[in-house]
Amino acid sequence: MSNASPDRDGGARERLQRWLPKLVLSPSCVLILFFVYGFIAWTSYISFSDSGMMPDYTWVGLHQWSRLWTSWTWGIALHNIWVFGLLYIVSCIVLGLVLAILLDQRIRAEGVLRTIYLYPMALSFIVTGTAWQWFLNPGLGLEKTMHDLGWQSFSFNWLIDSNMAIYTVVIAAVWQATGFVMAMFLAGLRGIDGEMIKAAQIDGAPAWKIYARIIIPQLRPVFMSAIVVLAHLAIKSFDLIVAMTGGGPGNATAVPATFMYSYAFSRNEMGIAAASAVFMLAVIAALIIPYLYSELREPRS
Amino acid sequence: MSAALPTTRQGAATRAILYAILLVFAVIYLLPLYVMLTTSFKTLDEIHQGNMLALPVEWTFAPWREAWGSACIGLECNGVHGYFFNSIKIVIPAVLISGLLGAFNGYVLTKWKFRGHKIVFGLILFSCFIPFQIILLPMARMLGVLHLANSTWGLVLVHIIYGIGFTTLFFRNFYASFPDELVRAAQLDGAGFFVIFFRILLPASVPIIVVTIIWQFTNVWNDFLFGVSFASGDSAPITVALNNLVNSSTGVKAYNVNMAAAMVAAVPTLIVYILAGKYFLRGLMSGSVKG
Repeated sequence: MSNASPDRDGGARERLQRWLPKLVLSPSCVLILFFVYGFIAWTSYISFSDSGMMPDYTWVGLHQWSRLWTSWTWGIALHNIWVFGLLYIVSCIVLGLVLAILLDQRIRAEGVLRTIYLYPMALSFIVTGTAWQWFLNPGLGLEKTMHDLGWQSFSFNWLIDSNMAIYTVVIAAVWQATGFVMAMFLAGLRGIDGEMIKAAQIDGAPAWKIYARIIIPQLRPVFMSAIVVLAHLAIKSFDLIVAMTGGGPGNATAVPATFMYSYAFSRNEMGIAAASAVFMLAVIAALIIPYLYSELREPRS
Repeated sequence: MSAALPTTRQGAATRAILYAILLVFAVIYLLPLYVMLTTSFKTLDEIHQGNMLALPVEWTFAPWREAWGSACIGLECNGVHGYFFNSIKIVIPAVLISGLLGAFNGYVLTKWKFRGHKIVFGLILFSCFIPFQIILLPMARMLGVLHLANSTWGLVLVHIIYGIGFTTLFFRNFYASFPDELVRAAQLDGAGFFVIFFRILLPASVPIIVVTIIWQFTNVWNDFLFGVSFASGDSAPITVALNNLVNSSTGVKAYNVNMAAAMVAAVPTLIVYILAGKYFLRGLMSGSVKG
């Protein structure tokens, strides 16, 4: 065997070596193709079908979609995600940027402070929701604490007020993500070229002007990343709302993610649930694909 | 380079205000954790009578014991410990297998490039960002077909599949900056695909392995959507059990037990964060910006 045509032996080995990389990559590719893209296709088809409790492949055109868009709860969910998303993104960015700039002034305990600002990001949304639900509990939490401290007229019952409940979710969500946005801005600040700043300082420009005119404009890529990441987190937000308000009071804090879940698993309306999921995917794809494209493009220089 | 402005002409007063603001924020960020911890050591009487911000007058471990061993979740009154172990049973295989697949993928996509490698990477990467609502319905049916519904193994499978995107991203970005010359030299010496991976790349990959493990551990441990959709009853992970305990208890709400259970769910990821915060942050950053 050992001296039987070394040529063919080497050929087979080489062929194997040539195919091996693709062979190793293929299980992941098969899994992703089937469980991501196949499933997307299936869900998309279901959104045009007559499916209720069980899948029913009868084509009904836009029937489920028109039921979705005429649904009262879906309207609330869309309105909420707008309010939540906008406030969440703006607050996280403003607070994150301010904290990053303050921390960037050669602060002695920077490491400790950074650790404190960022730790909520390591917590589960369910833990965060549980903690804030308790903290903002009208009977026993912040409100009672303020009364005990002598501020009798203090009132904070947003958690059970259907007009205000969504804002409690914003507070908890901002608390959780600001540290991360701060870390992104801090990394951006550390990467800025010091030359222009020095020149401006020599010219006697005041600090706020240097930040407004030179430093913040250079952080544009960080703003882009932060907005995309936060928007993506906002659209997917489900856990925090379930843990804090359960979508209530009533439907007051419903968002697309909780809408989809309840139509899929409690109301047994697969068709509408699928349509809402496809809508969420379309919004995220419109946001993420251009971003990924610009991030992954080879640098031109 | 720090872009910090020089401190020479800034007065001591400005510095004091700066530190004061930063400290106020630190207090705000720590407050919920502090309240959660102190509440978990108070008796219910004290919670109803006392101040939320005060330390417990009389420290009690009873809420922790109850949360761990005897609190009622659904119809069973065995506390959260079984669900805690469910999460461990899910997280260990899910992290290891998705990490290994990601390492191989990253290796192939950077050192054994083939035509279309960018498209393949793009398709894998996009799977990190899909709203998982789009796969909930078919996955629920698929797990039923595979007889994996309501089992921790079903969740392991789900977390492996939807973890591949991020693990591949981490290893691909890391190996992209690994010198090709070393790989080529080894090839000339006759080293094959696996020898190069295990002898040359893997020993140099410790930092990215740590980042990947921490990221996947945190994500899988903190997952709620997959848990609540695909595992009910005995096979539920800790996050689902915590939510059931907190939001469906009837009668008197035992806030101290709820907070103790929340701490049980939070402690593993908090420990990881405190021990390896640097790597945790690096994972977060490479999930958002080019590595």
